[in-house]
Amino acid sequence: MKKFLAKSYLYILLLVLYAPIAIIILFSFTNSKTIGDWRGFSLDLYANLLSGQAAHSATITQAVINTLVIALIAAAISMLLGSIAAVGIFNIRNRKVRKAIQFANNIPMINPDIITGISLFLLFVSLGISGGYVTVVLAHIAFCTPYVVLSVMPRLTRMNPNIYEAALDLGATPLQAFNKVIIPEIKPGMVSGFILSFTLSIDDFAVTLFTKGSNGLETLSTYIYADARKGGLTPELRCLAAIIFLTVLILLIIINRRSSRFNKEQ
Amino acid sequence: MADSIMDLTPKPISGKDCTQHAPDIPGAAADISGEKDDKTYIIEIDHISKWFGDKQVLDDVSLFVKKGEFVTILGPSGCGKTTLLRILAGFNLPTEGSVRMNGTDITEIPPHQRPMNTVFQRYALFPHLNVYDNIAFGLKLKKVDEDSIDKQVRRVLKMVGLTDYEERDVESLSGGQQQRVAIARAIINKPQVLLLDEPLAALDLKMRKDMQLELKQMHKELGITFIYVTHDQEEALTLSDTIVVMNKGKVQQIGKPTDIYNEPVNPFVADFIGDSNILNGIMVEDRKVLFMYHEFECVDEGFQPNEHVDVVLRPEDIYIMARNDKGQINGTVQTCIFKGVHYEMTVITDHGYELLIQDYNAFEVGQEVSMIIKPFDIHVMHKERFNNSIHGTLKDSAHIEMLGGLFECEPVEDIESGSDIMVDVEFEDIELMDYTEDGGAAGCVSFILYKGNHYQLTVTSDNGDDIYVYTNEVWDDGDIVGIRILPKDIRNIRRI
Amino acid sequence: MSLSKLVQKRSNWVAPYVLFLVLFVVLPLLLIAVYAFRNPAGQFTLQNFVKFATQSEAMNTFIYSVGIAIITTLLCILLGYPAAYILADSKLNRSKSLVLLFILPMWINVLMRSLATVALFDFLHLPLGEGALIFGLVYDFLPFMIYPIYNSIQKIDKSYIEAAHDLGATTRQVFTRVIWPLSVPGIISGIMMVFLPTISTFAISEILTLNNKRLFGSIIQDNMMMSDTMNYGAALSLIMLIIIAITSAVSGDDSDLSEGGSLL
Repeated sequence: MKKFLAKSYLYILLLVLYAPIAIIILFSFTNSKTIGDWRGFSLDLYANLLSGQAAHSATITQAVINTLVIALIAAAISMLLGSIAAVGIFNIRNRKVRKAIQFANNIPMINPDIITGISLFLLFVSLGISGGYVTVVLAHIAFCTPYVVLSVMPRLTRMNPNIYEAALDLGATPLQAFNKVIIPEIKPGMVSGFILSFTLSIDDFAVTLFTKGSNGLETLSTYIYADARKGGLTPELRCLAAIIFLTVLILLIIINRRSSRFNKEQ
Repeated sequence: MADSIMDLTPKPISGKDCTQHAPDIPGAAADISGEKDDKTYIIEIDHISKWFGDKQVLDDVSLFVKKGEFVTILGPSGCGKTTLLRILAGFNLPTEGSVRMNGTDITEIPPHQRPMNTVFQRYALFPHLNVYDNIAFGLKLKKVDEDSIDKQVRRVLKMVGLTDYEERDVESLSGGQQQRVAIARAIINKPQVLLLDEPLAALDLKMRKDMQLELKQMHKELGITFIYVTHDQEEALTLSDTIVVMNKGKVQQIGKPTDIYNEPVNPFVADFIGDSNILNGIMVEDRKVLFMYHEFECVDEGFQPNEHVDVVLRPEDIYIMARNDKGQINGTVQTCIFKGVHYEMTVITDHGYELLIQDYNAFEVGQEVSMIIKPFDIHVMHKERFNNSIHGTLKDSAHIEMLGGLFECEPVEDIESGSDIMVDVEFEDIELMDYTEDGGAAGCVSFILYKGNHYQLTVTSDNGDDIYVYTNEVWDDGDIVGIRILPKDIRNIRRI
Repeated sequence: MSLSKLVQKRSNWVAPYVLFLVLFVVLPLLLIAVYAFRNPAGQFTLQNFVKFATQSEAMNTFIYSVGIAIITTLLCILLGYPAAYILADSKLNRSKSLVLLFILPMWINVLMRSLATVALFDFLHLPLGEGALIFGLVYDFLPFMIYPIYNSIQKIDKSYIEAAHDLGATTRQVFTRVIWPLSVPGIISGIMMVFLPTISTFAISEILTLNNKRLFGSIIQDNMMMSDTMNYGAALSLIMLIIIAITSAVSGDDSDLSEGGSLL
C-alpha cells in the first residue's frame, strides 16, 4: 500500500513534469496555428520545416546551423581545454592553489546564466569586440569547460596512481606513457564532457543572448525567444522543439549509460 | 657471530659495515653470474636522505646489493621502505646521496632508461589493455618484432602459470592472477634488477604462501637481483638472502635471516622480527647477566661492569617444567593457548615478570612451574640510552623550553637565561597524561615495548624529539599524550 | 627553462585554463563591479545604487522577485522532498531510470520549458498570469531541488538506519532523528539552485504573464541592453552577485553542485 502510494506520487509528478513537453510534441503533429486546436494528425509542419516552406524558413535553417556549429566548436575546445586542465589540477600538490583553481572552476556553475552573460557582455564591450560567432563560442567555452573538468577529474582520481609510473618503468618516455596510459583512462570522461558541453551549448539561451551582438547572429534559442516575443510561436517551431527534446534526451541517456557503467566498474 | 651487526649503536649501518658483512651473504649471485668477484655490487645506495617538505622519510641510508641477491627491505608502514624503492626505480629523487648501478651513477636517470622493472603493490596493470598487451607493453615500446614478442609473451605466461590467458581482460582476473601478470610484465623485459613493492600484500594468506614459494623459485630460475619491500617479517625470513630492517627512515640492521632473528641489534628489531621477551638487565661482568632477580650465565662479552642492558629471550628458548628446585626461576602459568604445533603460555614469575613461552607440552593455568634459560639462548644488547638527555633552552631561572613545551625546573643560578642547555630525565620520572594540556608538552606514542613488568614507550614530542618512558599504564600506538615532568626530576641542567 | 621542461611538469598543464578563467570568468565579474560604480561617462559614482534604493520600480520588482522566489522554493521543497525520499528509498524504488526521468527536464532549455507551460495552459484553457508564473517556475526548478536532496539521502549509509532501529527507534523516529538531519545539506543545495536563479530569471516571467509581471532578471536585462543604462544594469547585477556570494558563503557547501555535473 505504502509502496503503491509512493509510486503513484512519483508518476503523477512525472506526468505534470512531462505534460507540457508532451503537448508540444503532440501538437507538432497537427497543422494548426495554435496549441489546443487539434486538426487531425498530419506531418505538414515537419514537411514545411524540412522543405523550407515555413515562414522565415531561411532564418530558422540558419539558426539551426549556427546552433550546431557553435555547439560543436565550443564542445571540442572545452573538451581539450578542460581535459588538459584536469590533468594539471590533479597534479597540483599545493592544496591552496588547487582549491583556488577548483573554486574558480565552480564559479560559472554557481552563477545564474544571466550573470555569466552580463559579465562576458561587459568584457567584450570593454575590449571593443563586437558580438558574433567568436564571442558566443568563447562564452560557451567559459561555461562548458568546468563540466569537462568535472567529468574527467573522477577518472583521474580513481585511476591507480601507479599505472603511469608502471609505463615509465617499462621503458615508456613521459610522453609515450601519457598517450598510452593516461589518455585511454580519461577518454570516457573526455567524451562525456564533450557530449555534456554540446548539450549545454545547444540549450543555452541567456548567455548567447548577451554575447551574440547586434549583427543578426541567431541561434535557435534566441530565435525562439524573439519569435515568442512577437506573440505566438511559429507552428513549425513545435517540430523543432520536439526534435531538440529528443536529441537532448538521447544524448543524456548516452552520457548516463557511460557514467553508470563507469561507476559499476569501480 | 658477525661483529658488524653487533655494532653497539642503532645508527644506520654504513656502507663500510656492509662491506665487512658482505662475505656472509650466500654466494648465489656469484654462482649464477659465473663471476667469483664478491666485491662487485650491482646496486650501491650511498648515504641517501629524503625529505618531503619538512618531514624526513629517509635518514642517511646506505645499502649495497650484490648481483643475483634476494634482498628484502623490511619495516613497519611509514618506515621509508617504499620511498627507498621508489628512489631506486627513479620515481623519486633523493634529497641527498646517490644511487649507483654497476658502478655508474644513476641517481638522476629517468625511470624509463633504467634497466630495472617494478612490480607494484596494487599491480598497476593497464585496465584498458588485455593480459597479452599488458605483458607486451615494454617490448612494443622497444619496437621488438611481432613474432619475437609473441614468443616471449607466451614464454613468460607459461612461467607464471597463466598459459591461455592472453585475451583475458585484466580486471576479470583474481588478485593472484593479476599479480602474476604484473610479474610477467616486468620480467619479460629482462631487467637486471626486479623491484617488488609489497607484491603479496593484497592476497589472502593461502595465496600468499603459494606465491612466496613461486617467487623464490622464479628468483632461482631467472638469476636476477630481487629487491623486495614488505612489512611482513615472516615473508622476509622465508624469501630473503639478506634482510634490511628499517624504522623511522633509518636502517636498523642488515643481515641474513638467521642473524636478524638470533642476534637482533636493538629492541626494535627483536620486537619486530618474531615473538620475544625483552627485559631490563645488568651485565655484572663478562658472561654474567642479572635479570628477573637471577644471575644468568650467558655468552656475551665486552660490556662495562654493571652496564644496564636489554635482554632478549625468544619464547621457544625458555625451558618450562613442573615446579622443582632445579629451575633458575619459578612462576605460575597464567594463560595457555594451543597454536597448532606448540602451546603458547604466559607465565608470571614469582617476582612479577610476565614471560611468553612456547613449548610442545601444555601446562595448566594456575600450575606452578620452573624455568631454565641456557646461556647461548640469552641475547644481550646494549641499551640505546640510559636516560633521556633532552635539548632545550633556559627561559628564565625556573623555566625550560623543551620538547615543544614549557617546563618548570628547580631554580638555576649559574646559567643565564636564553642559553642552550641539556637536561637529564629518568625514564620512570616522566608521567603521561590523557589530555595534552595537563602536561608541559604534548607528544605521540610512537613505539611500545613490553618489558615483562612494565612498558617502555617511545614518545615523539611535538618538536620531533623522542623520549623513553617507563610506565605501568596501557597506551596504544598513536595515542596523543601530555608529557608531565616534575621540577625535581629535571636533573643535571648544563650549558652546551 | 625550456618549453619541454615546462610541459613535462604536469601541474603546469593547468596554465592555459587558469589564463582562460582569469580572462573569461574572473575579469568579467570584476568588470561588473567596475561598471556598477561608474556613470555612462566613465566617472566614479554611487548614483546607480542610490537610484536602486530610491527608485520604486527596481526596488519593488526586487522585493516582488524575492517573494515569488520564496514561494517557488517552498513549493519545490514540499513537492520535491517526498519525491527525492521515495526515489532514494530502496524499498520503494529500485529503478535508476526513474531518477533519470526526474532529472532530465533539468537539461531542457528554460525557454522551451516555459513555452511548453504556456502550451499546457492554452490547452487547458487556463489564463496566464501570476498563477502560471509560479506553476512555470516550480515546473522549471523542481528537478534542481529533487536532485540534490535525492543525492544526500542516497548517500546516507544504510547501516545508520539499521543502527537507529537496533537502538529502538521507530520508523518515524528514524526519519526525524537520522534521515532528515542528514538530508539538510541536500535541501540547502536545492535552495541555492532554486532561489537564486528564480530571482534572476528573465524571459520566463514575460512569457508566462504576457509581460504583466516582471522579475528582477528582466529589469537587469532591460537596463543592460541599452547603453545609457548599462551602468545601472551592472549595479543591479552586482547586487545579485553579492546575494549569490552571501548565500554560497552561508550554505558553505557546493559539493552537490559540482556533483551535478558528474552525474550526467
